[in-house]
Amino acid sequence: MNILVCISHVPDTTTKIKFTDNNTRLDVSGIQWVINPWDELSLTRALELKDDASCGINTVSVAHVGPVSAEPTIRKALAIGADNAYRVDTEPLDAYQVAAQLAQIVKAGAFDIILCGIESSDYNGSNVGGMLAEFLDLPSVSGISKLEIKEGKVHITREIDGGKEMLISPTPFVGIVQKGIAKEPRIAAMRGIMMARKKPIQLVDAVQTEPLSETLEFEPPKPRPACKFVDPDQPGKLIELLQNEAKVI
Amino acid sequence: MSVLVYTENWNGKFKKLSFELASYASELAEMAGIEPVAVSIGKVEQDELMKLAGYGIKKIISVEGENLDKFDTRTYSRLISDQAKNESATIIVLADNNRGKALAPRISVRLQAAVASGVTGLPEQTEPFRIKKRAFSGNAFATLELKTVVKILTLTQNSFDLREKSVEASIEKQTAENYDTGPGPEIQDVQIQTGKLLLADAEIVVSGGRGMKSADNWGPILELAQLLNGATACSRPVSDEGWRPHEEHTGQTGKVIAPNLYIAIGISGATQHLAGISGSKYIVAINNDKDAPIFDAAQYGIVGDAAKVLPKLVEALKVAGNS
Ligand SMILES: Cc1cc2nc3c(=O)[nH]c(=O)nc-3n(C[C@H](O)[C@H](O)[C@H](O)COP(=O)(O)OP(=O)(O)OC[C@H]3O[C@@H](n4cnc5c(N)ncnc54)[C@H](O)[C@@H]3O)c2cc1C
Ligand SMILES: Nc1ncnc2c1ncn2[C@@H]1O[C@H](COP(=O)(O)O)[C@@H](O)[C@H]1O
Repeated sequence: MNILVCISHVPDTTTKIKFTDNNTRLDVSGIQWVINPWDELSLTRALELKDDASCGINTVSVAHVGPVSAEPTIRKALAIGADNAYRVDTEPLDAYQVAAQLAQIVKAGAFDIILCGIESSDYNGSNVGGMLAEFLDLPSVSGISKLEIKEGKVHITREIDGGKEMLISPTPFVGIVQKGIAKEPRIAAMRGIMMARKKPIQLVDAVQTEPLSETLEFEPPKPRPACKFVDPDQPGKLIELLQNEAKVI
Repeated sequence: MSVLVYTENWNGKFKKLSFELASYASELAEMAGIEPVAVSIGKVEQDELMKLAGYGIKKIISVEGENLDKFDTRTYSRLISDQAKNESATIIVLADNNRGKALAPRISVRLQAAVASGVTGLPEQTEPFRIKKRAFSGNAFATLELKTVVKILTLTQNSFDLREKSVEASIEKQTAENYDTGPGPEIQDVQIQTGKLLLADAEIVVSGGRGMKSADNWGPILELAQLLNGATACSRPVSDEGWRPHEEHTGQTGKVIAPNLYIAIGISGATQHLAGISGSKYIVAINNDKDAPIFDAAQYGIVGDAAKVLPKLVEALKVAGNS
């Protein structure tokens, strides 16, 4: 079996988010880019499965849609252990364009498990995985918190309201991954970093697509009013405020 | 033309979220000058369906069918897309929950319809269609323009007030046929905890962080949550340590919730934690460090040792509850 992990890169969560050009664009100066946390976990899980010979995973590939500036992120995925990488050379404007590009990589390859994260932590779209599945007319499973391969079958646990569901999915399928899929992201070792330099990043020409939406502008969240402090010896005051001022209890 | 809203049911019953969706769809329809239509999938009794009319829905389509008991993303997205076509929907509304998140992108590709996910209010304008959504994990809002004829919105739970508005409604019963989409994922087993208030449904959430020191100290948090009729949550290190179950972890990599009241106890307020809770209407912080960043996000705060403050708070709440 072959696994494809779709990776997006996002500003490190500790980066202060700022905008430029009248708040129409993200100010990228000083941003530290990282692999989207869920994609890092998906990749980790894919590699764990490959390490276990009984799972029969041949290759783990990663794919990214974006300009050359994303190559350090792709190299990082290779250093962590991906066997090869694809990059579609285009600057996508929305999730639809990303998914349309990823679809051609999947069609050209022979992937059994295609993994996407539940959302990118920048635009919080939650869209690429489902769109990709629909472009390919493949089954998709969302909210995956566990992925195992036993006797050639793909066992999945997905989170549902108030519990979980255990499934067996036919392949190929698109898995949309959330928390739990792997414990800690795998870190690149020195050897991996050396080897990653030699691994190829396959450039894929973009297909023509039109975006369906456009981000016009950004604004910071409204500042909350200053905190009102209550004497720790009189917590009853807090209850009063919540009852009479905020009216939430 | 219409606004089509998918109102999910839980064992044949709607919940507050369904009525939030209905309220949102009917208000949106009014704004755009078109009709609100609800689609329900799976068996739901007549009087339950009729409840949607209490929130402005004039037409309710109830689709039943053999293979609709299990949730298959392909089947459901086809069905909703077809309904949208039949009803000439220009806007499709889903919940920003597990199901809605799974369906919206599939419907988007089927209908060439742009999506704005995780919206918290009505669009600023409908021609052209502009709407705000959460971005950068709560650190910003983005204004999106949806450029297609059909638009899809997923609504954040607990972000839109119920709007009671009774209207005359018609119910149309349909049987789904030809929705066998071939082999899909097969359910082997389901584990569901019934009777427990879901974190996403809770209007009040009491949450503990590493400042609680150990799993043994959770008693007062559980008691507070119970007294307030709320749910419990925690920060990531707490679930990583196994002090609390993983479903309770809120934040960027956990659940994103928007309750009316979030009480953060012994939580420092890291950006990744705030990412999951910044949509809360009110945040209360209890922390022994007056400089903890959580106080910048909170409207009410107590600087003090949780071990001492919590028992007093529980007592005060009992007194207030009895008076
Ligand atoms: C990629 C990434 C994703 C992440 N995602 C998440 C996420 O989704 N959710 C999340 O929560 N975190 C997440 N984190 C971790 C996050 O950065 C913080 O480390 C975490 O939120 C801290 O948890 P905490 O506030 O419980 O603990 P701490 O930061 O250790 O804070 C404990 C607080 O308790 C206070 N305290 C101590 N003793 C007492 C006492 N006796 N009484 C009262 N107060 C006391 C302290 O003053 C302190 O403010 C993520 C991190 C990364 C890198
Ligand atoms: N530019 C991209 N290239 C490759 N994969 C992506 C890209 N953007 C998003 N994805 C994938 O889609 C998931 C969800 O992203 P989104 O729909 O943008 O929230 C991510 O976790 C990735 O797996």
